Amino acid sequence: MESVIERISRGQFWDFHGGIHPPEQKTLTSTKPIKQLALPKQLIIPLQQHIGLEGDILVSIGEHVLKGQPLTASTNPMEVPIHAPTSGTISAIKMSVIAHPSGLEQLCIFLDVDGLDTWRKRNVCPDLSLLTNHQIIEKIADSGIAGMGGAGFPTHIKASSKPDINFLIINGAECEPYITSDDLLMMEQSIAIVDGIEILDRLLSPAFILIGIEDNKPKAIRALQQATKDNEKIKICVVPTKYPIGGEKQLIHTLTGKEVPAGQLPIHSGIVMHNVATCFAINEAVRHDTPLIRRVVTVTGQALNKPQNVWALLGTPINFLLEQCELEVIENVKQPVIMGGPMMGFSVSSEMVPIVKISNCILVPSKKEMPSAFEKESQEVECIRCGQCSDVCPSNLLPQELQWSAKAKDHPQLQKLNLSDCIECGACAYVCPSQIPLVHYYRVAKAEIREKHQLDLKAERAKVRFEARKLRLEKEKLARQEKNKKAAAARKAAMNKATPEATGAKSAVAAALARVKAKKAAQENPESAKTVDSAEASTTEVAKDQKSQVAAAIARAKAKKQQKEAASEQPKTSVSEKPDNITPTAQATDQKSKVAAAIARAKAKKQQKETASQSPASENGEKTNAEVKVAQETKKETVSKTEQKSEVTPSNSSIKEDAQTDDITSVQTQNNPDTSTAASQPNAVDKKAKIAAAIAKAKAKKKLKETNAAAETSTDKDNG
Amino acid sequence: MNILLAILVLGGIAAVFGALLGYASIRFKVDGDPIVEQLDALLPQTQCGQCGYPGCKPYAQAVADGEAINKCAPGGEDTIKKIADLMGVEVQPLDESHVKGDTAESNRPKVAFIIEEDCIGCTKCIQACPVDAIIGAAKQMHTIIIDECTGCDLCVAPCPVDCIEMREIPETIHNWQWDLKTIPVKQVN
Amino acid sequence: MAFWIASSPHNHNHTKTPNLMRLVILATLPGVLAQWYFFGWGNLIHIGLAMATALICEFIVLSLRKKPIAHQLLDGSGLLTALLLGICLPALAPWWISVVGTAFAIIIVKQLYGGLGHNPFNPAMAGYVMLLVSFPIQMTLWQPPLSLLAIDLTFSNTLTTIFTGFTVEGYSVEQVRSSIDGITMATPLDTLKTNISQGFTVIESIKNPVFGDNFSLGWEWINAGFLLGGLFLLAKKAIAWQTPISFLLSIFVCSFIGYSFAPDANPSTMFHWFTGATMLGAFFILTDPVTGATSNKGRLVVGALAGLLIYLIRTFGGYPDGVAFAILLCNMSAPLIDQYTRPRTYGHEKGE
Repeated sequence: MESVIERISRGQFWDFHGGIHPPEQKTLTSTKPIKQLALPKQLIIPLQQHIGLEGDILVSIGEHVLKGQPLTASTNPMEVPIHAPTSGTISAIKMSVIAHPSGLEQLCIFLDVDGLDTWRKRNVCPDLSLLTNHQIIEKIADSGIAGMGGAGFPTHIKASSKPDINFLIINGAECEPYITSDDLLMMEQSIAIVDGIEILDRLLSPAFILIGIEDNKPKAIRALQQATKDNEKIKICVVPTKYPIGGEKQLIHTLTGKEVPAGQLPIHSGIVMHNVATCFAINEAVRHDTPLIRRVVTVTGQALNKPQNVWALLGTPINFLLEQCELEVIENVKQPVIMGGPMMGFSVSSEMVPIVKISNCILVPSKKEMPSAFEKESQEVECIRCGQCSDVCPSNLLPQELQWSAKAKDHPQLQKLNLSDCIECGACAYVCPSQIPLVHYYRVAKAEIREKHQLDLKAERAKVRFEARKLRLEKEKLARQEKNKKAAAARKAAMNKATPEATGAKSAVAAALARVKAKKAAQENPESAKTVDSAEASTTEVAKDQKSQVAAAIARAKAKKQQKEAASEQPKTSVSEKPDNITPTAQATDQKSKVAAAIARAKAKKQQKETASQSPASENGEKTNAEVKVAQETKKETVSKTEQKSEVTPSNSSIKEDAQTDDITSVQTQNNPDTSTAASQPNAVDKKAKIAAAIAKAKAKKKLKETNAAAETSTDKDNG
Repeated sequence: MNILLAILVLGGIAAVFGALLGYASIRFKVDGDPIVEQLDALLPQTQCGQCGYPGCKPYAQAVADGEAINKCAPGGEDTIKKIADLMGVEVQPLDESHVKGDTAESNRPKVAFIIEEDCIGCTKCIQACPVDAIIGAAKQMHTIIIDECTGCDLCVAPCPVDCIEMREIPETIHNWQWDLKTIPVKQVN
Repeated sequence: MAFWIASSPHNHNHTKTPNLMRLVILATLPGVLAQWYFFGWGNLIHIGLAMATALICEFIVLSLRKKPIAHQLLDGSGLLTALLLGICLPALAPWWISVVGTAFAIIIVKQLYGGLGHNPFNPAMAGYVMLLVSFPIQMTLWQPPLSLLAIDLTFSNTLTTIFTGFTVEGYSVEQVRSSIDGITMATPLDTLKTNISQGFTVIESIKNPVFGDNFSLGWEWINAGFLLGGLFLLAKKAIAWQTPISFLLSIFVCSFIGYSFAPDANPSTMFHWFTGATMLGAFFILTDPVTGATSNKGRLVVGALAGLLIYLIRTFGGYPDGVAFAILLCNMSAPLIDQYTRPRTYGHEKGE
């Protein structure tokens, strides 16, 4: 261990394999101080800005929030809260494009800035010795700090003390070209950074603290040396400039000569690494009770007139930053806007993408400086196995072999070649003379492997569940058989006793049998009625009956369709996240109309049954006919009403009228204002009506299926 | 005499090898038929029964016994290819008669979704689900455990009120597959 | 404002395969010029023929395969193959030798295996070996350096010899190849092999005028030219240093051992370095990335293997020079060598 420190104090470091020296372009922004920006009009704050889970939303639309007020709460260590970056009113909570290469949407809180920038009450802590370590970690967690170097791992987890930490490494090796946000922060806030490091020192009590800085940042090195001159424990290590030396594994290897074993975290080797910006944020949070609401962002690239580092509030849409830095918009040219550096950043798909905790750079290159970012289609040609990629790979992988296996989707081979150790630094693709987008192939392959793994897990679970279910069914079957046997035995015994109970049971059985017979007769009747002489009326009746069922089915389909339409319209106006959510009024009218339809259908059915049972007597033929007609008319009207409702105008009154024309009392009670005032009743009625509607639908479906063939001819006639 | 010696030597060698082989067949006996397990591992375990067998394991057994390898609709071409490799037979195109519904329209995995306001609580879908991924009770609204649903489609048909539909799992940043072509690049101005 | 979406990295160092190929072609210039100086126009004519054939063949195959023609035709790989083959051919070989050889190299060895990047064998060397095996007479029409020739081999003479077999004045190839003394001449390697097999010592053999003052008249300068070009490529980082270095070292060590044990039957180390196709093979053919090993360790192994094979073929084999055979054998073994020389990944134990 001592030798490591000796080497460091001699200024000797280990070298990692590979690495490249892309044009740095840091002077575009490194010479200008960090600029304070005016407040933007609106902030878009994604709920999830780190690796982990979203917190629970604490605010509601229309609520006024103060600067620093938490917007979400975390209940889980992997959840990190977010805070209002300034004071204002929550105008919306909805899906919006976030800072992610996919350009997909996630839940964001929209904050209309009031311009007053009023703080919530802050508890500035003058003396840290009053706080316990636990309290400090709690403060860090509550301030929503996630690793600001790029990965966004919740900081409070990494800062919780663990035994035997050998090295606390502070990463100031900002190796990506263009980015100078950490550089400027170290220049301007070196004391605050060192204060943050001291807090981490207290929490982790490491044996050594190393600050790794690339030798292309002389001013930052001087500032930090100045700030740490009283602290013997902190060693400033000036490492040679080489991309990607700022990678966690690469910096650890450079400084300590240790390699982080594959599949492990540095903490397992007694090493913890924090970014300088994170240290700054820790100091702000612990000493000044200032949550993570802003960060330094390098806005750079030759397409900007004023590239510079700015203090950007989290949630600032990038178009505001681009305006501030005077982007030259060229008509008809697709301008790449890259979040992050040119090597590992991703291009954003919308100018409304907000700055989040991990956004350290917005890069807007001109076509001249980065022609490959403008190329319309891939310039990829065949790999000639030149091996330049494996020469520069910092993980010592074989990118060319990985590429072949990735194209062939040979996942076992990819795993054998340690694809998972690829840090996606992009060095291989940078040097590839065949211009193969190697990193892209690896990402796709990684995603495929991940999905395959998840599918395998799911399949395994499905198998287990299937087996469990089979076992359960088997058991239930056995149990049932056992029960039946017992019951049969009991019955037999009871019968043999010949007690009055037994006769009662016998008569009950007889009654049941009679009922079944009667039912059967009733069901057979409509068909027999067809053959009877007074056929005309009954046939039309049957036809009408079928027609009414068809109408019911159509009504149902229409209702469904409308509901869908309404659903698709709703999300645009409502704030709800679920697309199939319907606003209460629409739902109510919808339900009402449904209820009406269902009841009408139920009635029709009942009448039909009655007619059927009465027809053997063939007395009230005409009357029932009329009744059915009434029912059918009602149905028709309901259908037309439902059709009318496609304009989504709640036609409550018309339904009421409709209902009143029928003599269906239940509908009246349902729509009667008197009864609806009773609090509990509507609910019950609603439920009942729902069930009724569903049953009606079910029945209609069944009937429709049965009579489909027969109905076809008759309905055709009718239509004719 | 020489002939006798030769016969004795050869006979002795034959006896020794025979004994060795006999011992080996007992000592290294292969238990069961591992091919069924291997086949079962290749199948997607949706337990959908589209192949005509009640679950994936029975179909694996059937394939091992000589059933056609192209009946697994959820597994698709990929699974057929793997089974063909394992069984050492030719790859066959998917037997369309075993495809329920329209699988061609989209390759994205689907899960069942119960339209809750329509559900009447009949429990028919619960009985149909091969992996117990539907919870609910009689006269109570049912719902699907999305994480457990295999997308087998078996619950759709039994529903008397048509309240189950198969929905695509929406694309989120968690299951996004790095396909840059799908990013909607729109003109903002 | 419209956004353009791409995958990272967004920057590139602007190297391109065609540029790499052009650089390699450029680097052959010193060697080719030396060849022209010592042996006349023959090879230049063959190079021209081979290049034309390569372009035509590639055009035909690419259009049959429905590939983007302009893109792949001009990537320089076909031209490089033709150039290397043209350099290797005997200067006075008939014209159809280069045409048949190039067509074979491009159509069968390169394109039928999938085109650039997919061919397991170096097309130029496979073409050369095919010619050597199929047309041994035409492929041994080696001509001594111009200074030893009785007939003045002008451009027009060379041209007519290649196309008709006779010079403008009507001399046959055999007559052209004869020296002033009227003895048919061969390459130094060939001569040495014949002499040693007839029982002469090396010292006796190199009195033959083809050996010149140093090791081999003309050939040493051609090799020096290719060495120069190779050093240029190394400086430009266009080729990996492992292959040529280990190859040359391997030849050096082998020939040194041979020379130490039996100086009468084995020529010196420098003779091995500066005759035949040693330098061309070291810097231009063995370094062909497509057919070589990809890992650095693998390259060292391939280079050493090639050196050993060349020494063995030159000393014990049936052919005077063995560069082509050695390289094809190395091409075959490259995937296996790659398999066993994978580097240790960061964070993994060796062999994990």
